[in-house]
Amino acid sequence: MYGRKVKLRFLFILLIILILILTTFLILKSLEENVVFFQSPSEIKALTEIKKKKIRVGGMVKKDSISVVSKEVKFIITDFKNEINVVYSGVIPNLFEEGKGVVAEGYLKDKNYFLATKILAKHDENYMPPEVKAAMEEK
Amino acid sequence: MPSLIGSYSLLFGLGCSFLIIFFSIKNFKNSNLFDSKILSFSLLQLLFVVISFFGLILSFVISDFSNETVFNHSHTTKPLFYKISGAWGNHEGSLLLWLLVLTLFISIFLLNTKNQLKDYRILTLLFQQVIIIGFFIFIIKTSNPFNYIYPEPKEGLGLNPILQDPALAIHPPILYLGYVGSSIIFSSALAAMTLNWVSKEWAKHIKKWILVSWIFLTLGILLGSIWAYYELGWGGFWFWDPVENVSLMPWIALTTLFHCVLVLEKKPILTSWVIILSITTFTLSMCGTFLVRSGILNSVHTFANDPERGVFILIFLFSLIFLALFIFFFFYKPDNVKINSFFWLSKETAILVNNWFMMYFLSVILIGTIYPIFLDVISSEKISVGPPFYHKLIIPFLIPFLLAMAIGPKLNWIKSDLRNKFYLFSFLIISLILSSLIIINLKIDFLVNTILISSGFYLFFITTRDFFVHKFQNLAQNISHFGFSLFILSVLFNNIFSSEIITNLKVGETFKSKDVIIFFEKVTKKKGQNYETIIGKFNIVDSENIKQTLIPELRIYNQPNIVTSEADIKINLLSDKFMTMNLVQNQNYFNIRYQHKPFMIWIWASVSIISFGGLISLFKKKHEV
Repeated sequence: MYGRKVKLRFLFILLIILILILTTFLILKSLEENVVFFQSPSEIKALTEIKKKKIRVGGMVKKDSISVVSKEVKFIITDFKNEINVVYSGVIPNLFEEGKGVVAEGYLKDKNYFLATKILAKHDENYMPPEVKAAMEEK
Repeated sequence: MPSLIGSYSLLFGLGCSFLIIFFSIKNFKNSNLFDSKILSFSLLQLLFVVISFFGLILSFVISDFSNETVFNHSHTTKPLFYKISGAWGNHEGSLLLWLLVLTLFISIFLLNTKNQLKDYRILTLLFQQVIIIGFFIFIIKTSNPFNYIYPEPKEGLGLNPILQDPALAIHPPILYLGYVGSSIIFSSALAAMTLNWVSKEWAKHIKKWILVSWIFLTLGILLGSIWAYYELGWGGFWFWDPVENVSLMPWIALTTLFHCVLVLEKKPILTSWVIILSITTFTLSMCGTFLVRSGILNSVHTFANDPERGVFILIFLFSLIFLALFIFFFFYKPDNVKINSFFWLSKETAILVNNWFMMYFLSVILIGTIYPIFLDVISSEKISVGPPFYHKLIIPFLIPFLLAMAIGPKLNWIKSDLRNKFYLFSFLIISLILSSLIIINLKIDFLVNTILISSGFYLFFITTRDFFVHKFQNLAQNISHFGFSLFILSVLFNNIFSSEIITNLKVGETFKSKDVIIFFEKVTKKKGQNYETIIGKFNIVDSENIKQTLIPELRIYNQPNIVTSEADIKINLLSDKFMTMNLVQNQNYFNIRYQHKPFMIWIWASVSIISFGGLISLFKKKHEV
């Protein structure tokens, strides 16, 4: 039979492997839960079911669409094919302007109505979120 | 003219590299004495890079718009201070700064290691030169800061206003000293490996270098964080943004490495692990540069999206990793007579356990940062990973981590027991009671928060006790660990007790809630040097009936035409009151954010304490632990 030392070492290695598998599983699991997907208004139009998961919607802020009602800001995101109404209460970044790119994070009410919890800040006037750029290029 | 000088001196600098390599190889083979020519050429190279760097600064100062970099990032109306800091506030200039620090470090290394083995010094220099040449070629080929435009434009495009800030002017140099400092650790590890000199002596010598980069990296991250807090107006200090993550990862690796080197200093164990960590740290620093500079991550640090640059750094990075692994597998022969025994209760075991936790934190952050990029490449699905992911995976493991951090330093090297350590147990009880008293009346998850805060308090009490009981023994370690406990506690309390109000107001309107009344009194317009500003005046009455006036600003810069909000922060020992305002386009509403952030100043202070511990350790004469 194997000595005590070998047995101990074997047990130790087994333990490490187990822990490794467990942590990998844990990481992947919570990654799956906490990932936020990006969709354009056209992709939302094509959805078959509305999930209760957080998503990001990106596109341009439609001209003359911003309006403020006390706490809330309403505007329309468009990718020039389809558009979606957004209601948002929260911090508005400085470069949030009509005719400029925007990414909103939040939940879909239905296909035409989006409840945003966050609008992503941009850092300079030329910067366009990569997602928006891609959506624009598809057009 | 300064541009021309700068440009040529870059080329001369590259030339020096080849001379250094030539003489080094000659010296390595032939003689037993270190050839002083090598040192002279290294210093000469440093001089050339310094000239080049000052050439660029001078071009910025005199607004020489025939230089493309100056044209893209400067403007005549910009204040002088930001003209100078603008020199490294862009892609090209910041890479020149990288190079400057690289050459600076190797020169200091050569001057500082006169007593070390000749072969070791030369090999370290050679490996460092490989990195230096890579950066020279990268700068000259893809991002030359001295490109010439003809005809000369009359006016420049200006520097992004959010970079026109004192904290951000010194953030890059400090951070780079940390990042690039790890290059010396990398080169030296490769050299030590080739010579089979990964030993106690090497550990003792490299420890200083690890500490230097660690201190700068800590301070660099701190500065960036403070800047994000007051300038970006997001009202926090850490957002798990990929750009922040790439600076945190080398920090974790460096911290782990430092602790391992402490073990290696005592006992010839963990040698391979130390080597792997040395390589990892530098790789992560390079990765950070790659991710930020290639335009893969979009952020304020992304100055230009040029795929060529990304590809170059990537190829360069992989060649360095390949070189490191090649040496690791073919040259490195760890001693077979290893004392491979770990007693379960000893300082080295405690360090090893904390190492595993660190590696776990590192992999969580790495996966969270890399996975979206990876997914984009293979399936073109666009995702983002937010703070909940990191919080969920990191916070539970902080508990054993903190406990091990409290008890670990109490153990002896090699073999230890826990007799006569009654206070260890009693402090645990006190911490538990204290934190449940704090948490019990709050509407938050009781169990997790209590345990978390208890372990924070536990570390806090134990390190505080050590200040009194042990006085100057292990002072450096104790200061840093104390700082860390203070940091964890401040962050936790900051998280739990923060409150925020976001609303839209017109001038003259009042916002009321049960905690606070905000009255928007007026706006005034003013003119700054290169911007116009709208200053809002808000009168705030909080729940304790304390009146305060906050005056957040909205700055409209002329060149480039960008609006930034300047938060008004009332700093207090116990809490910060933070306010920003933004204009809503085409409406007369202002978007207001008012935050009450407890213990903010303690977060900054605790990080400074952590790095101060490092400083003490660097300068202490007698060897302790």
